Amino acid sequence: MSTKVLMKGNEAFAEAAIRGGCRYYFGYPITPQNEIPEYMSRVLPQRGGHFIQAESEICAINMAYGAGAAGGRVFITSSSPGIALMQEGMSFLCSAEVPTVILTVSRCGPGIGGIQPGQADYFQATRGGGNGDYKVPVFAPSSVQEGADLVFEAMELADKYQNPILIFTDGLLGQMMEPVALPDPVPEVKSTDIRKHKPWALTGYGADDSKRNTVISLRLQPETLEKHVQKLFTKYDEIEKTLTRVETVDVEDAEVVIVAFGTVARIAKEAIEMLAEQGIKAGLIRPISLWPFPYAAFDKITSKTKVVISAELSMGQMIQDVQLGVKNRFPVELLSRTGGMIPTSLEIAERTKKILQEKGGN
Amino acid sequence: MLKPVYEYTKGMLRVDTNFCPGCTHGISHRLITETLEEMGKLGEAIGCGPIGCAVLAHKFMNVDMCECAHGRAPAVASGIKRVHQNNLVFTYQGDGDLASIGTAEIIHAAARGEHITTFFVNNAIYGMTGGQMAPTTLVGQKSTTSQAGRDIAQAGFPIKVSELIATLDGAVYVERVALNTPGNVNKAKKAVRRAFEVQEKKLGFSFVEFVSTCPTNWGVSPIAAMDFLKEKMLPYYPLGVFKSPEGGDA
Repeated sequence: MSTKVLMKGNEAFAEAAIRGGCRYYFGYPITPQNEIPEYMSRVLPQRGGHFIQAESEICAINMAYGAGAAGGRVFITSSSPGIALMQEGMSFLCSAEVPTVILTVSRCGPGIGGIQPGQADYFQATRGGGNGDYKVPVFAPSSVQEGADLVFEAMELADKYQNPILIFTDGLLGQMMEPVALPDPVPEVKSTDIRKHKPWALTGYGADDSKRNTVISLRLQPETLEKHVQKLFTKYDEIEKTLTRVETVDVEDAEVVIVAFGTVARIAKEAIEMLAEQGIKAGLIRPISLWPFPYAAFDKITSKTKVVISAELSMGQMIQDVQLGVKNRFPVELLSRTGGMIPTSLEIAERTKKILQEKGGN
Repeated sequence: MLKPVYEYTKGMLRVDTNFCPGCTHGISHRLITETLEEMGKLGEAIGCGPIGCAVLAHKFMNVDMCECAHGRAPAVASGIKRVHQNNLVFTYQGDGDLASIGTAEIIHAAARGEHITTFFVNNAIYGMTGGQMAPTTLVGQKSTTSQAGRDIAQAGFPIKVSELIATLDGAVYVERVALNTPGNVNKAKKAVRRAFEVQEKKLGFSFVEFVSTCPTNWGVSPIAAMDFLKEKMLPYYPLGVFKSPEGGDA
């Protein structure tokens, strides 16, 4: 672990990917993630890697599919409308079991929307827009440090599970500067050694054609396809057991529990301190993994709690998972800003107090 | 003493293909894999298949190979080539895949001068989906979505892909060949070899268009399909070298 440096989120995420072994990055300009392709175009070739500016996000994710299928460690990034274009590719990556790390610096929509931070891509990230039965693990950091750590770790996790991993940040995290301690680089894997690490990869089989590899996603026989999808879901079950992550703060004693991820979670933490000064006990559930969603964390909520609030930069998307976690034990209310509007800690504190008064039975 | 004059190539796996009688996909598959065998490169080649009739090329070609989303093979091949710069990486694509949904990918792979080779099967129709109009369907040619024949007022003009690719500086070898006669098949094989050699020498992007047949969806016999290729397709899609590293052309 290096000493702390002050870095813009986007650049820290790019550097963390390189340190995690990424040698292939394919990008297309879109705000607010442009510092990442810019950083990669400058730095990756110096570190023995390859940068291509793709002609579209569709091309970028298919370049990622190629480099990933060839056994390379790949990182691609975009922002909300660009991630929409990548959805077909995500379905293919999952079906063909090709590892890739994807990062979105989310903005607000729908349509072209705006370039300010948003979380209205929660469904896009956790439910996906590609076709068929597939799942992509999604991690949502709430600081530059956590984002860099998650990108670094995701490079390994993508290889381990042979699946894409999505890191969900937003324009605020991408554009802000924070002190960050970057992880030490992982050892380099030469192209000629890829088969030793990834015996399934497309490398050319050399002299022995019994080692021929194919990477496919077409399975015309229903029996074969059903078996393949069931195999994928065995893997997803394992991911649910091992990659569910959450941070909880004072949930057991709370009169009101706020559920928030990413940018909103860090604002909510400040709001909780403000409420404490007024004698209101508020707790926080911060999902770090959005899929798999930390439903079990909601079992910690006790009968002291009167209401659960889902605080989101959307018209209410995560709230559906919150309701699944709460299982009708408590009322669930939405605290929403959208369109690129971000609540202050004071606004969250005031609105929480109001919800508690109206819905909490006080 | 008897000596074999024609043998199986190790480049083709010993399985039945899914292609219709009279279809030329089998010929173009064989030309590519036989050339790789002759170059001693089967074990170093990585292929990227299309969506369309040739989606199962990886079941027939004895090389490492992947399927690609519709039209995306040149992007996939570009990614593979970055990882394995000394392998021969190729795409095999039909006219719907390459000249319609994948237009952006092929143009930009060529413009970047990717060290990959694209084999383009132009049979002027969508095969696997059942005979719809392709970007290369001829004016007046009937298809299930141009039932009275392609009407330029309604559907515009067919695309001459080799000519288009040849305008790009990153493309260094572009040739159109046909698979209708033994002579043309021999010429096609030479084009395949030159295209791979251009890639091997890292000179830039190489592209071979096979003018091909689809008797099933054209609704004609295999022999009549060869006549259609010669009489209707070749006047619009002239054969020849549109670009070569030596600078010569047809």
